[in-house]
Amino acid sequence: MASISELHDRLGRREISAGELLEEQLTTIEEQEPRVHAYLRLTAELARAQAQAADRLFREGGPVGPLTGIPAAIKDVLSVQGVETTAGSKILAGYRPPFDATAVARLKAAGLVLLGITNCDEFAMGSSTENSGYFVTRNPHDPQRVPGGSSGGSAAAVAAGEAVYALGTDTGGSIRQPAALCGVVGMKPTYGRVSRYGLIAFASSLDQVGPLSRSVEDAALVLEAIAGVDARDATSADRPVDFLSELEAGVEGLRLGVPREYFQVEGLEPGVRSAVQEALRRLERAGAELVDVELPHTDYGLAAYYIIAPAECSSNLARMDSVRFGLRDESAPNLLESYLRTRRAGFGPEVRRRVMLGTYALSSGYYDAYYLKAQKIRTLIAEDFQRAFRDCDAIVSATAPTVAFEIGAKMNDPLAMYLNDVLTLGGNLAGLPGISVPCGTSEGLPVGLQVLTPHWQDARALRVARAYEMVRDAA
Amino acid sequence: MPLSDWEPVIGMEVHVQLSTRTKMFCGCSSDYLAALPNGNVCPVCLGLPGVLPTANESAVEKVVKAAVALQCEVAEHTKFDRKNYFYPDLPKGYQISQYDLPIARGGSLQVGERTVRITRVHLEEDTGKLLHAGDALHSAEESLVDLNRAGVPLMEVVSEPDLHSAEAARDYAIELRDLFRAVGVSEADMEKGQLRAEANVSVRPVGESALGVKTELKNINSFRALQRAVAHEIERQVDVLEEGGQVLQETRGWSEAQQRTFTQRSKEEAHDYRYFPEPDLPPLHLDGAWVSHLRQALPELPARKRERFRSQYGLSDSAARLFVEDPDRSRLLEETVAAGAEARTTANWIIAADPKLGPAHLAELLRLIEQGVINRDQGREVQREAEASERPPQEVVQALGLAQVSDENALAAVIEEVIAAQPQAVADFRAGKQQAVGALLAAVKQRTGGTANLKVASRLLRDRLSQ
Amino acid sequence: MALLARLGLEPEEEEFYAAQLGGILAHIDRLREVDTEAIPPTAQVVPLANRLRQDEPLPRLSPEEALANAPETRDGYFVVKAIQDAGDA
Ligand SMILES: [Mg+2]
Ligand SMILES: [Zn+2]
Repeated sequence: MASISELHDRLGRREISAGELLEEQLTTIEEQEPRVHAYLRLTAELARAQAQAADRLFREGGPVGPLTGIPAAIKDVLSVQGVETTAGSKILAGYRPPFDATAVARLKAAGLVLLGITNCDEFAMGSSTENSGYFVTRNPHDPQRVPGGSSGGSAAAVAAGEAVYALGTDTGGSIRQPAALCGVVGMKPTYGRVSRYGLIAFASSLDQVGPLSRSVEDAALVLEAIAGVDARDATSADRPVDFLSELEAGVEGLRLGVPREYFQVEGLEPGVRSAVQEALRRLERAGAELVDVELPHTDYGLAAYYIIAPAECSSNLARMDSVRFGLRDESAPNLLESYLRTRRAGFGPEVRRRVMLGTYALSSGYYDAYYLKAQKIRTLIAEDFQRAFRDCDAIVSATAPTVAFEIGAKMNDPLAMYLNDVLTLGGNLAGLPGISVPCGTSEGLPVGLQVLTPHWQDARALRVARAYEMVRDAA
Repeated sequence: MPLSDWEPVIGMEVHVQLSTRTKMFCGCSSDYLAALPNGNVCPVCLGLPGVLPTANESAVEKVVKAAVALQCEVAEHTKFDRKNYFYPDLPKGYQISQYDLPIARGGSLQVGERTVRITRVHLEEDTGKLLHAGDALHSAEESLVDLNRAGVPLMEVVSEPDLHSAEAARDYAIELRDLFRAVGVSEADMEKGQLRAEANVSVRPVGESALGVKTELKNINSFRALQRAVAHEIERQVDVLEEGGQVLQETRGWSEAQQRTFTQRSKEEAHDYRYFPEPDLPPLHLDGAWVSHLRQALPELPARKRERFRSQYGLSDSAARLFVEDPDRSRLLEETVAAGAEARTTANWIIAADPKLGPAHLAELLRLIEQGVINRDQGREVQREAEASERPPQEVVQALGLAQVSDENALAAVIEEVIAAQPQAVADFRAGKQQAVGALLAAVKQRTGGTANLKVASRLLRDRLSQ
Repeated sequence: MALLARLGLEPEEEEFYAAQLGGILAHIDRLREVDTEAIPPTAQVVPLANRLRQDEPLPRLSPEEALANAPETRDGYFVVKAIQDAGDA
């Protein structure tokens, strides 16, 4: 399947029009969807108008960029003006935002052709897309298995050729883990790199928007379009945006940190471990130096994460009260009952679980023991990374401890499900950029290699991932 | 025990709407009354999914200004927190407020002879408004929600329980209003809801140092209501205690119609607000040099200004208060005096005539009256015309032909006419009827179209008649 | 907790969640092993400060746009059920 830059060249040479490219994509979607169920809703009409506009630019020599006319998908947590946006939740059924999320607006300005809105775990809470309020998305490599999550729809769409690229969001691994399980590239930028404005918040201090794509270069191109400071997001940072100039610089002379703890986590499958170790050997052969590093508080990351994220989400989801938007249970006799019944009908089990956990962690008498404690652990985890980065330029590991698991396998054991995020959530707690790049298979299913770098070194993460892609594809 | 054996203890929580152009966390107008229902909202203050707050620089500056005027210590590091509770006028399900690191702490305010300690000053956002379809809160079938006010910046000022009477509580609130107006951070008009005072009231036997159980009074819309509500509540608590009962810790509302307080919410129903740091807003580091600069740039504060108006301008206490509560008026007074007008005359004119003139024009107007070019009635007319046309009073006087005729030759001619026309009145006067002069002067006024300087005319007439 | 979070659970659900949350909390309790006495909390991981907005008006929604997604409106207002008891206040 063609990369963004190949498609851009073909569009530029007028070998294909954006309209034709779109129709090809819609055909693929029609073929794949009965098997994959990646999309919650298609926006073909909007896409056709956008493709026409792109073709006009190509025809008339107007300003075109690498993404002009390239068909893509967007996760159902990013607001798209006038298009139903539900965060995978029944409680937002029918909600049409009167504005675009900044990342969406920037893609539109870059020539987006929006194919549709992809499925996800409800409010991005989950690691398998089984928590969607609508339906389960399937892994294109094996429809009996999950695509990972929460950006499972976006990952599956890209993996099945149903979109050239897609936007996802990553709060504890929700871009990188499904990318790994579906065998595509997924990147979570540094916290503050991409505006969160219009991203339906799960956990505000952890959420980041990022690309899922078929190649590292594609991810870099998409990130270039969406990154940068935004006056509407006070946590977005004013940092130079350049993800392309060092992309092909290779790994020669770079020190890659191998955290012992990340290779000893509970449930790390041997096949995953050996695929990653093979990838590290290839990087070493390409000139990287592998160094041992320590991340001693790894064991506490999951616990800290499962306090901080639920605490923030319990507050973020309070606005789902069916006053200004969203589902309403009309039978309620009074306001309190209206809140209770609406939220009962609208939220799925995982959302309730986390809202309850978060409410508990913030409640008087428990705040210090839970929320404050977790924030302190967060400090220790961030410091672990800072210390490790004194000895290395990037940290490499598996993205997820397992390959794609069977649908239903972990639904009744939340903790087992949460453990799928142990290797990714540290990056969110510390705000680091991280990318997952496919690195072979285990049991015939894709494995992801994760590269984490210090704050604002997004370009370096892309560079290491790109270098691996080169040695992988050369083999 | 008689009422005098009980000591009321009152602490105040005052919410003040800051006079910014836009809301606290979005670009909608702070002037929420000017729009149709839900016509002053955007995705941010509607609390739509995915929106983020951005803090208003001017609101932060105004709180710091108010805080230094209240002698507070301004925090170097401060931040916003979320206060979580469900209510339909609170779109996000949480209010962005400040919890453990308010912008300022530990100040004081002089209220008459008393120093009231200020506990803290913090910044938060207002809620929307609920209209209840029924006549009372509990019988309404449904409520209507207008979010135009949601997100307007509020400053909360909390005092220590240093007040001991209903009058003192009222005076404290008035002093705050005057202070905030002087510093230019709020219009602080209580009737418009720009200043909302809540009083925490308890009583204890005189001489006792432990605090009694307090109630919190809300729904107070004027300084008068504040005084009455507190006075009523003090009496109610004393009655309860004298009858051997216990005061319940609760929130009580003030009913203007019934002139009494009533239970709104008891303590058992109090909330667990689950405060935590607002993750969408980075913390604020307030630069010490900037704060000192704001401190030095403070205008003269109300207490001092009142004193100066009394001593320098000879104003009465009540006149000084009237001016100090309205900075625009006091500025007009001062600038008009600086432009050469006499202070008390100016003050009286401003109080009586509420001029919209600039100080130079007002000083000119007062000079025209002082010099007898026009009389006070004409002065009012000149003021109206000068306000409408924005022309200098001198020009208005000429344009309207309003100047008093003081020219003795011109007046003498008119007087001759009048004497000729009214021989009976002249005869009456000469026969000793002093009041006949009135009729003659009225005729002079009429013949000059009201422009005669009657003082001059009267003298001339008497001189002429006694010849 | 479910009431505080306005979740509206049935009693048997409450038991189910209580059991599950118990398991999660047992895992979370391992945080007690870590001495954090001298450790400052991290609320925001990428240090930014003083991100303030100028006090200048931005476009608003029309009342129609503002109300477009609401389940029930009347005369330009959002409509909610009566506030039945003071527990909501
Ligand atoms: Mg308050
Ligand atoms: Zn607004």
